[in-house]
Amino acid sequence: MNFTEFFISFPEMSKESLRLFKKSLDGAYRNFSREYGDTIEAVFDPVLYFLVWFEKILQNSPWPIVIIVFLLLIYYGSRSIALTISSLIAFLLIGYFGMWDDTMSTVSIIGVCTLMSIGLGIPIGILMSGSDRARAAITPILDIMQTMPSFVYLIPVVMLLGIGKIPGLLAVIIYAIPPIIRLTDLGIREVNKEVLEAADAFGANRTQKLFRVQLPLALPTIFAGINQTIMMALAMVVIASMIGVKGLGQPVLKAITNQYFTMGLLNGLAIVALAIIFDRVSQSFGKRMQQYRAGANE
Amino acid sequence: MSEIKIKIENLYKIFGSRPREYTDIVRDGVDKDELLSKYNHVLGLDNISLDIKEHSIQVVMGLSGSGKSTLIRHINRLIEPTEGTVTVDGEDITKLNKMDLLEFRRNKTGMVFQRFALFPHQNILDNVQFGLSIKNLDKSDSIERAMYWIEKVGLTGFENKFPNQLSGGMQQRVGLARALATDPDILLMDEAFSALDPLIRTDMQDQLLDLQKNLNKTIMFITHDLDEALKLGDRIAILNGGKLVQDGNAEEILLKPADQYVANFVKDVNRIKVLKIKTILDQGGERANSNPTVNVNDSIENCLPAILESQSGLNVIDEKNNFVGSVSKNKIIDILQKSKD
Repeated sequence: MNFTEFFISFPEMSKESLRLFKKSLDGAYRNFSREYGDTIEAVFDPVLYFLVWFEKILQNSPWPIVIIVFLLLIYYGSRSIALTISSLIAFLLIGYFGMWDDTMSTVSIIGVCTLMSIGLGIPIGILMSGSDRARAAITPILDIMQTMPSFVYLIPVVMLLGIGKIPGLLAVIIYAIPPIIRLTDLGIREVNKEVLEAADAFGANRTQKLFRVQLPLALPTIFAGINQTIMMALAMVVIASMIGVKGLGQPVLKAITNQYFTMGLLNGLAIVALAIIFDRVSQSFGKRMQQYRAGANE
Repeated sequence: MSEIKIKIENLYKIFGSRPREYTDIVRDGVDKDELLSKYNHVLGLDNISLDIKEHSIQVVMGLSGSGKSTLIRHINRLIEPTEGTVTVDGEDITKLNKMDLLEFRRNKTGMVFQRFALFPHQNILDNVQFGLSIKNLDKSDSIERAMYWIEKVGLTGFENKFPNQLSGGMQQRVGLARALATDPDILLMDEAFSALDPLIRTDMQDQLLDLQKNLNKTIMFITHDLDEALKLGDRIAILNGGKLVQDGNAEEILLKPADQYVANFVKDVNRIKVLKIKTILDQGGERANSNPTVNVNDSIENCLPAILESQSGLNVIDEKNNFVGSVSKNKIIDILQKSKD
């Protein structure tokens, strides 16, 4: 190899060693998943049961009851008649166009993913807010989770757990959990230092400070995070359908491969309708929690 | 004489990455500016020693950056000292462990902040109750106590409002009620009235003095306002660049300023308004019936009409109407002349 060639073509690893490198990594992971796949799958069994149970309830209950429960929740969350009526129309149209069961599957997986994201994300966010070291360690992981193309982390998940609901759930959570972690951390860090000092001056310990001052004051920010998490989970529906998650994603996938324009459009619109309903309800619920901030004009 | 409640001894605070390494050079006389420019550390407190008597109002005064807010935060250890001790009721609080420190803060001290620092998400009742709820007291008992203090500061009817629905003066009264609700011995007030407009400030000062008559707390009051200091303080400590330059009562500060800094501070004060008859009193002697009689706690200003009528001076009586001494006319004229320059 002479001097000019060194600058023209990159001095890369030889083809042979690259092949060996890939092969050994793949082999190691394959062995790992053969060895532990069943165990890890068993860990997720309770989640799977819960998911299936939740989906069954939504699909097997009489549709008018499901709609009434949804509308009550929507009204409780938003206190808006207009939104409740628009949601009713959206649900009726979804049912009329034959997408009821798929929509219920999607709602159930989004619901479970959101619950799990909240349950995992808020404690992680609290941990991050309390320690700069934890924050420095977790932030790059969140960056990777948000920017890594989902297909890339679907490969090891599918190798490990096969195709089905749980890998889909994991894929959705990996993509959707970062906002709630980040915004919990941000919300707690943004709590006014003087107010915290006051809590200290009255002898509040860590737990009391967290639950009586920091979390309540961070709640509006945390809620913005929950809203983002729901939106991102919905955005993953189609990709999750590629690894066997039932719901509105599957007809969309079918429509893409077969060029069924109307089918794609209808299911796409159903996803949009769900997204808007989730978004408006969670936003106005979040806003109501910070009413005290706007109280000055009363 | 009452007991010493808080004893501050040789307290140093240096802010920076390696504060302990610099206490020696500060002891050797390196001042605030030099420590900052040469060693990149900030001198907060420089060898402060101060005794605060029980049931008294100790004012700590100084310009911004003089270390007064740093000093008050050492009493409940919101700031850790670099060196020195703070003793409260004979107990060195710089040595308290975490749990004992929490207990100390919960029971012994209450604090009022310059920008109120109320909890915006809690209503007034819950704000006032905060200290009690931290102690996990019985709910109905603590509501009762909170309501008592809300009434004391004149905010009955506002207990369900949120802080941002109240004016600044009202918010600070919530702050005061919150600090008093746990019935602490020591009240720490960090520029508590500085953010209020002048009329409301005077109002709050009167209210504090009024409450103090019955409460008899030991109060440490931080301010940069000399009039406020003279009005409230039983004793006034003046800080400059982290050093304690003078500690004395109003008369001592006004008539015998320890250095040029204090002298500059007090030069615009209306002395006859602040000085009381007792400071210029000649004790004993005979009562001269031709002269008018004044109270020992009156300010000189209030006695001016009496002086104009008098022949040779004033008779002075105490609160119980006992004759305690007299003040000659010449002495007052002397003071009036001095306060002109």
